Amino acid sequence: MSTTASFHSPTPVRPSSPRRSQLTRNQRPKWLVPVIGVAAVVVGAALSALVGFSPALWAVFAAVVFLVAAPIAVSVIEGGRKGADSLVTYLVYTAFILAVVPLISVLWTVLANGLPGLTSNLLFTSMNGVTGVHDNAAAEGQGPVLGGAYHAIVGTVSITFWATLLSVPIGLLTAIYLVEYSRGGWLGRGITFFVDVMTGIPSIVAGLFAAALFGLVFGPSTRFGFVAAVALTVLMIPTVVKNTEEMLKIVPNELREASYALGVRKWRTILKVVIPTAISGIASGVTLAIARVIGETAPLLVTAGFATAINWNSFSGWMTTLPTFIYYQIMTPTSPTSPDPSQQRAWAAALILILIVMLLNLVARLVARAFAPKVTGR
Amino acid sequence: MSKRIDVDHLNVYYGDFLAVEDVGMGIDARSVTAFIGPSGCGKSTFLRTLNRMHEVIPGARAEGQVLLDGEDLYGPGVDPVVVRSMVGMVFQRPNPFPTMSIRDNVLAGVKLNNKRISRSDADALVESSLQGANLWNEVKDRLDKPGSSLSGGQQQRLCIARAIAVKPDVILMDEPASALDPISTLAIEDLINDLKQDYTVVIVTHNMQQAARISDRTAFFNIAGTGKPGKLIEYGPTSEIFSNPKQKQTEDYVSGRFG
Amino acid sequence: MSTTVTTKKSASGGRAGDSIFSGLSLGAGVLILAVLAAVALFLFLQALPTFQAPAEDISGGAGFLSYIWPMVIGTVIAALIALLIATPIGVLVALYISHYAPARIAKPVGYVIDLLAAIPSVIYGAWGTTVLASSLVPFYDWLTNNLGFIPLFGGPASQTGKTMLTAGIVLAIMILPIITAMSRELFVQTPRLHEEAALALGATRWEMIRMTVLPFARPGIISSVMLALGRALGETMAVALVLSSGPLTASLVQSGNQTIAAEIALNFPEAYGLRLSELIAAGLILFLITLVVNMIARAIIARYKEFSGAN
Repeated sequence: MSTTASFHSPTPVRPSSPRRSQLTRNQRPKWLVPVIGVAAVVVGAALSALVGFSPALWAVFAAVVFLVAAPIAVSVIEGGRKGADSLVTYLVYTAFILAVVPLISVLWTVLANGLPGLTSNLLFTSMNGVTGVHDNAAAEGQGPVLGGAYHAIVGTVSITFWATLLSVPIGLLTAIYLVEYSRGGWLGRGITFFVDVMTGIPSIVAGLFAAALFGLVFGPSTRFGFVAAVALTVLMIPTVVKNTEEMLKIVPNELREASYALGVRKWRTILKVVIPTAISGIASGVTLAIARVIGETAPLLVTAGFATAINWNSFSGWMTTLPTFIYYQIMTPTSPTSPDPSQQRAWAAALILILIVMLLNLVARLVARAFAPKVTGR
Repeated sequence: MSKRIDVDHLNVYYGDFLAVEDVGMGIDARSVTAFIGPSGCGKSTFLRTLNRMHEVIPGARAEGQVLLDGEDLYGPGVDPVVVRSMVGMVFQRPNPFPTMSIRDNVLAGVKLNNKRISRSDADALVESSLQGANLWNEVKDRLDKPGSSLSGGQQQRLCIARAIAVKPDVILMDEPASALDPISTLAIEDLINDLKQDYTVVIVTHNMQQAARISDRTAFFNIAGTGKPGKLIEYGPTSEIFSNPKQKQTEDYVSGRFG
Repeated sequence: MSTTVTTKKSASGGRAGDSIFSGLSLGAGVLILAVLAAVALFLFLQALPTFQAPAEDISGGAGFLSYIWPMVIGTVIAALIALLIATPIGVLVALYISHYAPARIAKPVGYVIDLLAAIPSVIYGAWGTTVLASSLVPFYDWLTNNLGFIPLFGGPASQTGKTMLTAGIVLAIMILPIITAMSRELFVQTPRLHEEAALALGATRWEMIRMTVLPFARPGIISSVMLALGRALGETMAVALVLSSGPLTASLVQSGNQTIAAEIALNFPEAYGLRLSELIAAGLILFLITLVVNMIARAIIARYKEFSGAN
């Protein structure tokens, strides 16, 4: 039951004067910006009608009109500083829209074009024996669209498997060396520097390297699945190393010291204490690295050749992956006169590819959260 | 230049949570007022409502009136940006802008408001502000060095110079010396004594001796328990609060029985 | 303390384990160095015949330099177009996520932008060549009709839309997430103290950003731009699928021009002999260019670390 503690000193309070307070500046009426928005839409429609109507053009004109008119209006009423502030605000929102539009367009295109082609045919047959004749017939409605991407799916799985098998141990062990063993000496710094360099290797150069390496050993133009896996390894290793490094560094030193203080050897500490603590982040990082290379095309083009039939053997014969399948179907349709079936197959394969990538990203996030060490009290 | 503050039935909310309950007080112009109280009692929260800085935190709002020479800071149509150019603030940790020189730091607030200020006017303002912050003699030869090249105490005085360069009516200080060593603290306290000639100063401090040394009036805030709102318990001349408090809670706090 | 017993038991097996394990991890690190040395070496070896061959034998008949030079220009131009578009938009989007979006939607928006980065490049290329190119044709027509006096927009405009400008736009979309991700991390790390100092002086939101956030993040933004540049220089699919290649031309709205990566991708599968070596030599040049760009990016961020004000 505390009474309102009101402690006014003896000096009397001057009542608020009815004159305009110094504190308020002119404020724009609440309806000003929405009205300008509507006007911009109308003016934009008019302008684009003059030039030749299209929704995109309308949007562009409306946006430009708004971005010019609204800040000027705010400037006039509230002053230059507020005008500048509002201009930046609108620019920021515009940029966001500009960034999202292509994303929506791409996803929509893949869905719209890919769904019709997503038949069991596509998923479970290869292009073996499918020729332009079949496509011409299909284009004229005289037969189903034959051929599928099964061989590409097989290729993707095989090559990615070998790439992961190569890059995860090497990447993991290197990161362990950098965090746990290296004392900032020249070797550690050299490795860090070169890993940084590796992150910048263009994917096609990584492919060229693998091609050149095997070319020198086995003869020029050697192409089979494993060569592609080596190329992808070059791309994956820096991601795995950097991510694992981060995750290992996050593990508090107190945990390591507690383990040493119990007389546990360093390598056991790393295996039994440090890595399990960091495992969720490491696993998540590896998944993301896989998601990144699974969509690579350029290195595959120069290392794995191009196959139409199913090939499970990564060590002989050419292989196709989903990205190269898409690439070739678009660039060189099976039937040059009727490219539509090829396009359909390409987009369906693209849809599968995007679904796999999204799934991997989702798994990475779930793994990170599910296996994160539980903080006490939560 | 200096104005009085009158607070009337001020409540501060974070979302639905009432953080500070029903404060009312009057602060004279050209005086130093100290807010004391245990951690978490809401004194800093309340201080921030005096220049509407609490609104920086999403979901924070204040209800009630804060009158600056009779004008309500929370009245309809009042722009917080304008409020903050009239009620300045110095923070607990010195925060000069690291990418700016000492000179530019002092002028930072001024440049926002006056697009055009002549070189000579700017120089004069820099000198007078740094003089006012008792920092001029120490930095007059290196005005172009970055603001972060000074010691902690000097940085804090630089922040004070920056605050007074915009010629505010009130200066709020949130534990300005708590991150400083004792010598710098003394320098800041001397400075506050000088500042009160021209400004209304409100300072939050957890150091009771400091409050006793420098303030004219002291306000004691307390909190009944975690989850409860903070309240103003007692407010009066400093000598009274420390030697003859009217409330038992106040007496317990100033004699060190808790806090 | 009875720990002596237990330590004695595991000591023998453990000690060997330590050296094995540390040896393994050291070996992995050394392997990486070896791999990189191998990359440079093998590329150089395979490219050597090109540098040694007489000028007439190289494609184009006038020596390696005149063969590669137009492609270097094409590569740089495509990357520059991409940067010019992506940098302002990327920074603004990062600002949106860090300072303008309500807290609840900032995170999903971040995910959405990261989604842009997850889409494989071949799909961007496919989209660019089928959807974007044809929809830009009216725009290119307008450009050549109204601004055709500028060589950049010289007509007649391509009717398929498969031009350098289109490729640049697709590249911009692909590198946008790089700039946004790094910028947004820096923007949210701006010390709250400095932001509040600016606000307490009476700054508007934009003024606060201009005074505290942008200067704090500048070296990081520059570095992310350089990394994005490196990525754009090496990107293959967006260009190979979207650009209708041809000889070097100043016009961005006609077909023509070529980048190194696309040239390699398009010709390598069929190449043999000297042609193969030429393409590898071109890849070596590309590697060197991206290497320099990436090293500059890292040097910038290392040098400015002291001045950024971050402690």
